Amino acid sequence: MKAPRSRRDIVVLLGFLVAALVLAGVVSYYASSSPDGLNKVAIDKRFAGAEEPHDLENSPLAGYSTSDVDNERLSGGLAGVAGVGATLVLAGGLAMLVRRRSSPDETDHGASPVA
Amino acid sequence: MHVPDGFIDAPTSLAAGAVAVVGIGLCLRGAHRELDERSAPLAGLVAAFVFAAQMLNFPVASGTSGHLLGGVLAAILIGPWSGALAVTTVLLVQALLFADGGLTALGVNVINMAFVTILVGYPIFRTIVRVLPRRSVAPIAAAVAALVSVPVASFSFVLLFAIGGTTDLSLGAVTTAVVSVHVLIGIGEAVITGLTVASVMAVRPDLVFGARGLLAPVKLRLHSPPTTADAR
Repeated sequence: MKAPRSRRDIVVLLGFLVAALVLAGVVSYYASSSPDGLNKVAIDKRFAGAEEPHDLENSPLAGYSTSDVDNERLSGGLAGVAGVGATLVLAGGLAMLVRRRSSPDETDHGASPVA
Repeated sequence: MHVPDGFIDAPTSLAAGAVAVVGIGLCLRGAHRELDERSAPLAGLVAAFVFAAQMLNFPVASGTSGHLLGGVLAAILIGPWSGALAVTTVLLVQALLFADGGLTALGVNVINMAFVTILVGYPIFRTIVRVLPRRSVAPIAAAVAALVSVPVASFSFVLLFAIGGTTDLSLGAVTTAVVSVHVLIGIGEAVITGLTVASVMAVRPDLVFGARGLLAPVKLRLHSPPTTADAR
C-alpha cells in the first residue's frame, strides 16, 4: 500500500487529540480574561462601541460557557471539549472528503477521522 | 483578533465574504493535492488543536491578552491549502457555536487569520528551510514565520478597517496601536508554533508537510524504512 500508517503516526495523532482535549477542557480555565489585542485597541481608541451584539449570543455555548452549568470550571471545560469535538468532526470530515485516494479499491477507511 | 459585527461596514464585509468563498474554493482544490489517507486524519486533529489553543489567551501587556492564530502552524503541519481550511473551520465553529467573531465579519476573519497568516508565513518558512535545509532548522523557521504572520494579519485588519471601518479614526494611530500589540502576541505565536513543530518532528518528521522535502533524500541514502520513501 502507498502509505501504511505506522505506530508512530498514531502517537502524533493521539498526542494532538489529548493535547486539544486537555487544553480546551482543563487549561482554558486559567486563560487570561483580559481583552485581546484588537479589543483592547478598540477600547483605547474608542471604537469598541461600534460592536453589535452577536446574533447567536444566546446560543447554549456562547462565550465558551455551557448554559445551565453553574460551576465555572465545568461550564467552560464542557464548552471547550464540545468545540474540540465539533472542529474535529468538521475539519476531519472535510479532509477525508477532499483527500486524494491512491487506489480506487481502497474502501477500508471510514469517514470519521479517529475512533 | 476576532473581529465582531459592527466594526466593518456591510459592503466591505460582503466583499470580504466573497473573497473568502473564492479562497476556500481554491483551498479545497489545493487540499486535494496535499492530503492523502495518511495526512487527512492529522488535518482534523490539527484543526482541533488550533481551536483548543485559541482558547488560551496569554497576557501580553497590562490588561491585554492574545492567543495563537495557528495559521502558520497548520500550514507547516498539513500544507498551506489544508492549513487555511483548518483555520477556516475553527473560525466557523467559533462564530456559529460560541458567538466568537461576528457572523457578518466571518469573511474578514477568514481573510486575516486563515489566509493572510499563511500567505505571509508559509513562504517565509519555506525560504528559510530552503536556505538551511536541516531538520533542526525547521522549528526555528516555523517560529520566525509565526512571529511575522501575526502583526501582518493585524495589519490586514487595519487595511479592511481603512476601507470599511464604521468609526472615523486616525488610521496612523490605529495602525501603530494594533500592529505593536500584535508584535507582542506574535512572540507567543512563535513560541507555541516552534515548540509544536519541534515536538512532531521529534516523533515523526516525515509527517510534517513543510519539512518533507528536506528529509527525503537523506533518508533514502540511509536506507531507512520504506515508509519514509513514500512521503512526497
